[in-house]
Amino acid sequence: MLAQQLFNALSLGCVYALFALGFTLIFGVLGVVNLSQGAVFMLGAYAALTAVTRLGAPLWLAIGFAFAFSGLVGLLIDRIVLKPLRARDAPHLIPMIATIGLGLAMNSLVQGWFGAENQRFPSEVLPQDSLQLAGVSVTVLELGIILVSFALMTVLLLALKKTQLGRALRAIAESPKAARLLGINVDGLFMLTSFVAAGLGGVAGVLIGLYSNALFPLMGQPMLHKGIAVIILGGMGDIRGAMFAGLFLGFAEVLSVTYIGSDMRDAVAFGLLFLVLLVRPKGLFGSVQERKV
Amino acid sequence: MDSFDNFWSIYSNLVLSLGVNALLALSIYLTLSCGMLAMANAAFMGIGAYTSSILTMNYGWPFSAALAAGMVAPVLVALVIGRPTLRLSGVYLAMATLAFGEVVRLTVLRAEGLTGGALGLNGIPQLTQWWHVLLSVVVVLFVLARLRRSRIGRAFEAIKEDETAAGLMGIDVNGHKMLAFALGGAIAGLAGVLNAHLTFFIGPQEFGFDRGVEILTMTILGGINSLFGPVIGAVIITLLPELLRSFKDYRAVANGLILVVIVLFMPKGLWNPAWLRRRVGLRGRKGVTP
Repeated sequence: MLAQQLFNALSLGCVYALFALGFTLIFGVLGVVNLSQGAVFMLGAYAALTAVTRLGAPLWLAIGFAFAFSGLVGLLIDRIVLKPLRARDAPHLIPMIATIGLGLAMNSLVQGWFGAENQRFPSEVLPQDSLQLAGVSVTVLELGIILVSFALMTVLLLALKKTQLGRALRAIAESPKAARLLGINVDGLFMLTSFVAAGLGGVAGVLIGLYSNALFPLMGQPMLHKGIAVIILGGMGDIRGAMFAGLFLGFAEVLSVTYIGSDMRDAVAFGLLFLVLLVRPKGLFGSVQERKV
Repeated sequence: MDSFDNFWSIYSNLVLSLGVNALLALSIYLTLSCGMLAMANAAFMGIGAYTSSILTMNYGWPFSAALAAGMVAPVLVALVIGRPTLRLSGVYLAMATLAFGEVVRLTVLRAEGLTGGALGLNGIPQLTQWWHVLLSVVVVLFVLARLRRSRIGRAFEAIKEDETAAGLMGIDVNGHKMLAFALGGAIAGLAGVLNAHLTFFIGPQEFGFDRGVEILTMTILGGINSLFGPVIGAVIITLLPELLRSFKDYRAVANGLILVVIVLFMPKGLWNPAWLRRRVGLRGRKGVTP
């Protein structure tokens, strides 16, 4: 039974990690807490649903479509809203408010379009099989969620660690000004980051939509709240920290449902966050240098 | 007076929630003016609302006593959680206080016997009169205006500009931060008490994350360079959904986009005397507006 729970926790934690990854990437590179990421997450789920139901696309294609679509939305958000604010050197709070507004608009746009009620993926596109792995019955769906998440995370980590692009991004995270002086195409990389981060958020949305098989316009809000908790637990802007903290939250939630009671599930993220911040103000894995004056 | 009665019977709730929101915006203005992005105000509002409602409903306390209790309770909580949280800064402080808000919300959900859990408290006596709200706003504005120009207000501003420098000048940084935090809690609690005894019902959802963000939005939107800013922001955020009624389902779309546009084109918030002066060409007195 415990093994079963741990497997559930792993698949949930993977999605949290994926979402948090995009979120923390934006903070690390662009220096913005993008509160519309929850809405982007929701858009990704709806984009995949539309691809499946309207266009008859297979699931893997729908996930790709969700990545591209939400990535594009993220890119537009950066170009239209965040870039002018950056150019003006607006204080931290200002992009937060702007992205709150954007999230509100996107949420209610989808609500107007698709209605407020829950939507589902048609059952014929979902893999129904399950495997027996060491005595644990594992659904192919959950396995797929875990594989997709891990694949995306690995690609991203490798890209950041090993490639020229990743080095450039880390230089920007350190100081955009210095990076520009070094001849790095800062603006282009900002665009790329916005695209990838939003795309990851969108894919996380599809995966959660598949995991719980319920899509609704406000589905991004609880995710956003948890994402905030996760990236702080992991240390703001810390990629690996966000991944670990996301997985950790998945386990903490599932285990708390098992051992404490289901109504405490949502308390776990924030209870943890509150406690951790009191003890370690920089987050569990935080080694981030704060941008000072 | 007939038309006024007519207007009042339709819009009294709206006007009074304007006042309540103005109080909330002012409560977070206080911590912002001390350079802290603390977002516990929704939670403080909830603590005030629940404390006073339980006292008036279950223990038959008179409104004035319950009101006082509803202001004292958040202050006590602020004093307890302020010590560990206020040493955090920037986004970390915001998130810790938001997390505290969630903890409060979930505590309320769990303590069903006292708070009614998820169902909330129903049938709170409607004790708030319109002049209570008006008087509260006026008194709070007056106190804050005096505070701004006092030694304490100057200290807040010094801390906001540069904490280290303020400390070196001999300002008790932690003490002043705590004062701003606790005082903000009292004002938010006051708003909670008034609102609870106005709307007849309170539930834990009203004091969650979204409310916290909304309070911040009002204040930033209005601008924090003067006391009018938060009030104007509160008015806009409260009225906007009403004004956009004709958009029906897409009302919140317009609402959200207006937020974005204001942030993009009016960087200092809506209330920006310097900009107004330039525009209108008035040669105003140089200095701080109250």
